Amino acid sequence: MSTASTPVSNWRRFTRNRPAVASAAVLGALVLLTLAWPWLAPYRPEALGDAQFAPPGGAHWFGTDFLGRDQLTRMFYGARVSLAVGAAGAAVSLVLGVLCGAVAGYVGGRVDGILMRFVDILYSLPSVVFAIVLIGTFEPMLKAWLVKNFSESVVPLARPLLLFTSLGAVSWLTMARIVRGQVLSLRHRLFVEASRTAGATHVGILRKHILPNIAGIVIAYLTLTIPTVILYESFLSYLGLGIQPPHASLGTLIAEGAGQINPIRVYWWMLVFPGGLLALLLLALNFLGDGLRDALEPRGGAK
Amino acid sequence: MYFLKRILTLLPLTLLITLLAFVLVRVSPGGPFDKERAPASPEIEKQLRAKYHLDESWPRQYLRFLGGAVRGDLGPSLKYRNHNVTDILLQGLPVSALLGTLAFGFAMGLGIPWGVFMAVRRGEGGDHTAGFLALLAVCVPGFVIGPLLVMVLAIKLDWFPVALWASPWHAVLPTMALGLFYAGKISRLLRESMSGVLHLEFVTAARARGVGNPALLMKHALRVAILPVVSYSGPMLADLLTGSFVIENLFQIPGIGVFLVNSLQNRDYPMTAGLVMVFAVLLLTLNLLVDLLYVKLDRRVKLE
Repeated sequence: MSTASTPVSNWRRFTRNRPAVASAAVLGALVLLTLAWPWLAPYRPEALGDAQFAPPGGAHWFGTDFLGRDQLTRMFYGARVSLAVGAAGAAVSLVLGVLCGAVAGYVGGRVDGILMRFVDILYSLPSVVFAIVLIGTFEPMLKAWLVKNFSESVVPLARPLLLFTSLGAVSWLTMARIVRGQVLSLRHRLFVEASRTAGATHVGILRKHILPNIAGIVIAYLTLTIPTVILYESFLSYLGLGIQPPHASLGTLIAEGAGQINPIRVYWWMLVFPGGLLALLLLALNFLGDGLRDALEPRGGAK
Repeated sequence: MYFLKRILTLLPLTLLITLLAFVLVRVSPGGPFDKERAPASPEIEKQLRAKYHLDESWPRQYLRFLGGAVRGDLGPSLKYRNHNVTDILLQGLPVSALLGTLAFGFAMGLGIPWGVFMAVRRGEGGDHTAGFLALLAVCVPGFVIGPLLVMVLAIKLDWFPVALWASPWHAVLPTMALGLFYAGKISRLLRESMSGVLHLEFVTAARARGVGNPALLMKHALRVAILPVVSYSGPMLADLLTGSFVIENLFQIPGIGVFLVNSLQNRDYPMTAGLVMVFAVLLLTLNLLVDLLYVKLDRRVKLE
């Protein structure tokens, strides 16, 4: 770690990475478009049209779905949900996963055993089932609680709230395991042993040696967590447990498109456009993550 | 010693997990007989509940379930009344397991060479192209890949069957749709760890000593670099097992996924409990094997 790692040099390293900067721009534009779309669009996402399954054209750039709703408008509304779900999952994964993994790997012994058995237990509950059971069990309770303490108008929030919570609850486990594995092997490395012998405190070792060395894989995995979380969301939406119609997420849109596949007529725009937007979103997030990692972790990065 | 302990904790863990599943499905509102064709009168429902022992206390029901499970009898399904949960599992599980294994093999077989290639060519043109493809694989979930493959390879070109599960040909598209995502993930993980390892002392030292054989160097480096992939393969297997649901649904494959989801929505308690139990045993065993492999590969990790 002899390379200077000041905020300024990090920023310079980041801006030199063209794909990452371009991705940040694309991502920013996507977020802005997603937020501003209600004021730009000529259609409402729930507005039914006469043209069902209309292919892409002048009136509907990206075609319409089986109810004649404008595909482009629904996609931007869906992207908003997917972004929020991904951000929530990644945040939980970062905080809980790194904390749990680092403590388990570094402290070791009984603490490691207890934490990792806990992770094992959550792991062996199939995440989809876990989320379904969480949502099924707690939705009626949460709704009643919301009515009692707030008002009827906040009840539609119950489902997204539960979705965020249950996806957050399953998304941090892999991060914890990976961080633990890394810390476990770092702990026995020479430079860590050396600085311990030299009298460094545990907090000091964690901050100076362990965390900087795992930052790369944490960021790399964090960017990979977002697609996973969004995929889980589409799973649940597919099963009718996620975002409820008439609202949509990218997951429900793709599911609708996949459901319309048949050998006679192919409504490719119902699948390709939402799938493409999802891919673009995730691609940009990943490039950004790569750029950040290379900037924050000089070792083994772009030279 | 450590692994003996792990093996001994398998049983209580399995019990705990099934208990959790057992209680949670019963806590959630709604019952198994809500969706009868005619609204059941209270008397009929009472008789049904008595027939399936749902009128007993939870601990008794749980013990009854465990007693049956030990003998390999997971009880009658409350939805498919004439079928035993064990029979349904024995039909669906091999299919799901085969699909999962095929996808696992596909992901490893493609992901490992892919990752090594990127690490060796780090910073060159080949790395950028392969890296972009790996990213693409991670960004386009099986959800999208599957239908796209069907549209192009099955419907347009007629190379593969559109759906169903009969010949090896039928397995190609589902395996690719399920596995490609994980191949991308593995290659990315491996590129990270491998290019880190290639800068480590022992590789440099080997080079300095004149070990010029790239294949030999790779072999040594891969042994260490594979570790993150090994620790990822546990959760990956879990994801493959449960995550194949969408793929099974898309390709009309008679696996276990359909039952898992339906049983929860139908409040088919014995089915849910049985499925969760099987998954718990499978995943705990797989995780144990993964950890065993991890220690075998990384001598630095000492477990008591």
